[in-house]
Amino acid sequence: MLPERMINLLILGLLLAVPLVALAMDEPFIITLATKAAVLAVAGVGLNLALGQGGLVSFGHAAYFGVGGYAMGILASHAQSYTPIMEVPFLIEGTKSMLVIWLVAIVASALVALLVGALSLRTSGVYFIMVTLAFGQMLYYFAISWPAYGGEDGLSIYVRNGFPGLNTLDPIQFFGLCFAVLLIVLFVVNLLNKSPFGLALNGAHQNEERARTVGINVYRLRLTAFVISGAITGLAGALFADLNRFVSPTMFSWHTSGEIMVFIILGGVARLCGPVAGAAVYILLEHVLGGLSEYWHIYLGAILLFVVLFAKGGLVGGLSRREVRHAG
Amino acid sequence: MPDEVILDVRDLHKSFGALKASDGISLDLRAGEIHALIGPNGAGKSTLIKQIAGGLKPDRGAVHFMGRDVSALSVAQRAQAGLGRTFQISALAMEYTVMENAVLGAIGQSGRTFGFFRPAMKDRALLDIAGAALERVGLADHASTVTSELSHGQRRQLEVAVALTLAPRAFLMDEPMAGMGAEGSRELTGFLRELKHQAPILLVEHDMDAVFALADRISVLVYGKIIATGSVDEIRSNADVKTAYLGEEDAA
Amino acid sequence: MSIILLIEQILNGLQFGVMLFLMAAGLTLIFGVMGLINLAHGSLYMIGAFAAAAGAAATGSFVLGLIAALMAAALFGALIELTVIRRLYARDHLDQVLATFALILIFSEATRWVFGSFPLFLDTPDFLSGTVTLPGGILYSKYRLAIILIGLAVAVGLFLLISKTRVGMRIRAGENDREMIGALGVDISVLYTMVFALGAALAGLSGALVGAIQSVEVGMGEPVLILAFVVIVIGGIGSIKGALAGAILVGLTDTLGRTLLPVLFASFMEPSAATSVGSALASMLIYILMAGVLLFKPTGLFGSA
Repeated sequence: MLPERMINLLILGLLLAVPLVALAMDEPFIITLATKAAVLAVAGVGLNLALGQGGLVSFGHAAYFGVGGYAMGILASHAQSYTPIMEVPFLIEGTKSMLVIWLVAIVASALVALLVGALSLRTSGVYFIMVTLAFGQMLYYFAISWPAYGGEDGLSIYVRNGFPGLNTLDPIQFFGLCFAVLLIVLFVVNLLNKSPFGLALNGAHQNEERARTVGINVYRLRLTAFVISGAITGLAGALFADLNRFVSPTMFSWHTSGEIMVFIILGGVARLCGPVAGAAVYILLEHVLGGLSEYWHIYLGAILLFVVLFAKGGLVGGLSRREVRHAG
Repeated sequence: MPDEVILDVRDLHKSFGALKASDGISLDLRAGEIHALIGPNGAGKSTLIKQIAGGLKPDRGAVHFMGRDVSALSVAQRAQAGLGRTFQISALAMEYTVMENAVLGAIGQSGRTFGFFRPAMKDRALLDIAGAALERVGLADHASTVTSELSHGQRRQLEVAVALTLAPRAFLMDEPMAGMGAEGSRELTGFLRELKHQAPILLVEHDMDAVFALADRISVLVYGKIIATGSVDEIRSNADVKTAYLGEEDAA
Repeated sequence: MSIILLIEQILNGLQFGVMLFLMAAGLTLIFGVMGLINLAHGSLYMIGAFAAAAGAAATGSFVLGLIAALMAAALFGALIELTVIRRLYARDHLDQVLATFALILIFSEATRWVFGSFPLFLDTPDFLSGTVTLPGGILYSKYRLAIILIGLAVAVGLFLLISKTRVGMRIRAGENDREMIGALGVDISVLYTMVFALGAALAGLSGALVGAIQSVEVGMGEPVLILAFVVIVIGGIGSIKGALAGAILVGLTDTLGRTLLPVLFASFMEPSAATSVGSALASMLIYILMAGVLLFKPTGLFGSA
């Protein structure tokens, strides 16, 4: 049994060490896998704020992941074709700058999360799960049927977007960038968890009536958490799009929402670095099992079933001595 | 002003289908008093408390608190205005420590729910409010105990402490004695007798000994109507109350 | 647009609606009685479709295929209830969602493994192929009309089952009070398995019937599952009546929206833009409907507060 802080350092250290070793051994594919894990971890950390701390079981976080991805796709596709996004009433040009793209991804996904959250949070429990799932599916169908940006086929971006001072096409440099984003997100979420806001959020998860009777506006509290959670997942979507240099409606699919949840349960619900461990394990399974069998999802399903039924707390929970409440 | 009306409930009506849970209830709570609300099971006590606290919207009628109509306010807004509440079944964040529960109260009262970056458990102002409340109820020694490990009686104390962090102007207490041993009940009785000078208490209680020992006034609720309000002696000698309520108890 | 075409679309909407009802009824029953959210309901729909296609191909009889679908779905339903689902009743919704999500992964991949990635086809039976002339001279597909009638018959059957029979009484008791059902001297675990298998059979029936209109393929269940969730949110959870009303509403809104919106936009936009805007909006219409219900009645049209 280890203190959780040590486990966190161990997880992040491993995630950092793998690509460095791969660099030394000249295995760029492994670096890309580690980058994918770091990016998906950001999405999971975002969802974990709502799901783990807030107890808001959102099955629609693919919506924000997709909005972030399309923010990148739309901005970069206009930049690569030298056509403005709009000219009236004022001119908006595309961009290849990651910083601008991230900002747009965060703001756009926060806005979508605000709309979806404002409606979904009028319900609770199993309704909330179904409603968030449905709104995610709505955006999926919209992305498929809206022809302007590739429709069902998606959009390809030929050159990765730029970041000042870095060659983003170099795998290890791009990994470093994504890893840095992950660290910043973890730092911010950790601050939030310990702040009065985080204490109130988790308190309302444990006992909603109690939170209300001490004067906390639970709806606004949860909506705020939901929006921040969506914005972080949106940022992850923009990074994921840049990693693949491709966006498609698949980013919006219910399956993506399920996967982001799976990172959390594999790693440990409401653990700061749970989604990091979960995303890394997921990528590892995908790579190892996917190499063994075309039908690796059967094994993934079996593992997931086992963790849910018999190993609640996931990887971090299994190693740590601190107990946390399970979301519900 | 000892007779200042703090909480004023005016002509509340609430029906569930054909059942009239509140049938024109009026009562008030004055500074410095304990006003006990008694009545047989199913008389509509819980429904009334919920309407006063803001969790249930009455069909008709109004609630005034500190001279202001709070009928349109939510539970959270009424708490912010200084209405402290304790529950029949402890409503606490069970995974939190005793101190964290008290800090939660302090956060709500200070309106700092949207403080994002300073750690709550290192915030002097919040810790001071929470610590003082724990001190008052005698839980200061258990500050770092996880709430789920508290005894039943200690949870009731913590309920009161959390309510205290709101610096309330009135308390709504739903059966604070329920499930407590004789010793605990006696201690709590002494505590409430002192607490009422800080803020008056509207007390729902089944323990008749405690009610008669504590209450300055008693209202008797039967089938959604208040059939009598008065001092302990007046209620004891009231014929209607005897037949409707106390008589049953004696017979039982 | 002609009136005849409009009536045909309304009938298509009804047909879609009763299909959704078969899915939603099982889901809402399972939630009402056992308090369980079952994502794998879409897999049972898929299993029904595959069993029907394989059964019909083996025997050459559509009806035998349909029976195979009912039996396979009920069997797999009972099987997962006994092995996995019953461990989840006391768990929170997150565990239920994740465990049943795991079941989807397993069922989908196993089906792909057994049947391959190519879609199967299920032909409509001869006695139901072709069209029938409805009053007013409207020609309509016999098969789709049969689906509507089967769906409505199932709805009536469910109402009777729940309101008139001993099993129905137990189901209602289970919805209202889990402890009371024990007091009635009912073996809860048997009842739960039965209710789950019943819900599974309805999903399987739905999948088999739709399988003859669309292709039978892996992953066909989940879009329908999510639509069934929309139906339940609109109708109110745990209510068969709500499921029926919600399903018909969603079926009509979706079908008519896809037909009418592009026409509507074409009246003031250029045709190609009208088609794309209209169809994009039509694909979102039922979710907008759901949002409207959430705004005004968060517990659904027939849900209790």
